[in-house]
Amino acid sequence: MASIELAPPRLTGMRALWHSTIGKKAVVAATGLVMVLWLLVHMLGNLKIFFGPTEFDAYAHFLRRIGEPVLKNSWFLWIQRAVLLVVLVAHIVASAQLSIRDLRARPTKYTGKQRFEATVTTRYMRTGGIVLGLFIVWHLLNLSVGVAVPHYAQARAYENVAQDFSLWWMNVIYIAAMLFLGLHIHHGFESATRTLGYHRPTRARAIKITGDVLAVAIAAGFIVVPVAVMTGVVS
Amino acid sequence: MKITVRVWRQPSPDEAGRMVDYPVDDVAEDMSFLEMLDVLNEQLILDDEDPISFDHDCREGICGSCGMVINGQAHGPVKTTVCQLHMREFRDGDTIEVEPWRAGPFKILKDLVVDRSSFDRIIQAGGYVSVNTGAAPDAASVSVPKADADLAFENATCISCGACVAACPNGAAMLFTSAKVTHLNLLPQGQPERENRVLRMVQAMDDEGFGGCTNVGQCTQVCPKGIPFDSIMNMNREYLRAVKSSRGNQG
Ligand code: HEM
Ligand code: FES
Repeated sequence: MASIELAPPRLTGMRALWHSTIGKKAVVAATGLVMVLWLLVHMLGNLKIFFGPTEFDAYAHFLRRIGEPVLKNSWFLWIQRAVLLVVLVAHIVASAQLSIRDLRARPTKYTGKQRFEATVTTRYMRTGGIVLGLFIVWHLLNLSVGVAVPHYAQARAYENVAQDFSLWWMNVIYIAAMLFLGLHIHHGFESATRTLGYHRPTRARAIKITGDVLAVAIAAGFIVVPVAVMTGVVS
Repeated sequence: MKITVRVWRQPSPDEAGRMVDYPVDDVAEDMSFLEMLDVLNEQLILDDEDPISFDHDCREGICGSCGMVINGQAHGPVKTTVCQLHMREFRDGDTIEVEPWRAGPFKILKDLVVDRSSFDRIIQAGGYVSVNTGAAPDAASVSVPKADADLAFENATCISCGACVAACPNGAAMLFTSAKVTHLNLLPQGQPERENRVLRMVQAMDDEGFGGCTNVGQCTQVCPKGIPFDSIMNMNREYLRAVKSSRGNQG
């Protein structure tokens, strides 16, 4: 009776992963979690600004020397940047393709008002994603290339940051983007554990708390830097 | 009580539709929502108008035929099927908005009737057990843990009404599909086809044009059978497991 058994699916393995809604969402989730981890480290590194220019510039210098003597100066930094770029592009492409699909699957709104159970953070994932995408481009132009920083000086990270955040509109952009980042992680972290199949009722509390803490800690950790510059704690 | 029914009228799939107001007097609190629509339809027939088309069959909440969005909520204000919803949930003088399920893959056929054959094709892709399981085994020779049996049963109560799709902001059929995947993949009979089932059913779901899950949870909120939200998480896990496994890779 083997002939009536379920035939294998059309798509399998990696092709099924990229060409299915579930697989593509898993890519969004995995790349999202990698970025959360990376941002946590990035945020902690930024906090070194509170220990003065020597410490901070030494940290910036250290980033260029990771991997020595196996890797040449700055190699690690560039490898890491390349990996992160691939991760980011995969995240954006996959989530954009899924979003287009989702909007097509629900083309008409209801006249009646839907009672939404979803939290605000859940509903702002797409808006937040677009804001973050624009911010990342701006942020790189701004602090890595030096666009719009008064007296930008290569290799003088502390001074650049202090100069940069002395402009009020710079702070507004930065703080707003970090709030969106917090929202994105708030829904994203728990959502990713569901997408990847790690969520369990017994783990629900721990996952929720971890997500909340990550969202608040990462957003707040980034925000204290411009606040410190503005209030003169760092100058 | 007197109410106004503001309902979606659409003569055919390709014609434009619109919301039309109909006053209904003489509504008893004990009527079900469908009985109220019956009263309205008798009125329309007497007035030589086209009665409102809507799907219904058992009228006892088990067949899954009836389904419409009432005041923005799939199946209305109570977590049950429309046939089990009573007019006592509304107040005298209310205007009640009634719309069909809205989702790309659910084409509107007429008024409140939508084409849900996409669900049949998802089930045809793997929502059954086709391996020959032989004669009934001796009692207790194949043991199923109580928790698994309960969860399988909970998921088996899905009546395919489509409320999950209607409520989902992405028009996703994840709760529906995951109920069947969870039900069968938990039980011994489902094991031989475990990987192919989930791969095939998800593919059928995608082929029909349903959206993806963004873990909003609106589906579970409106499900008249209370299919657990965790079933979606479970289907994600089954799917990723099948992608990795060599068994799903044959052919
Ligand atoms: C470049 C800009 C970005 C865009 C356009 C973007 C867009 C999106 C979209 C559309 C989703 C799916 C939303 C949903 O499920 O409702 C998503 C999910 C997610 N994003 Fe982003 N995002 C961006 C940056 C980031 C960053 C920087 C992080 C890291 C903190 C991140 C972490 C996540 C996580 C963890 C998820 C959840 C995945 C899941 O639900 O399974 N995203 N993103
Ligand atoms: S008519 Fe059968 S469930 Fe409502």
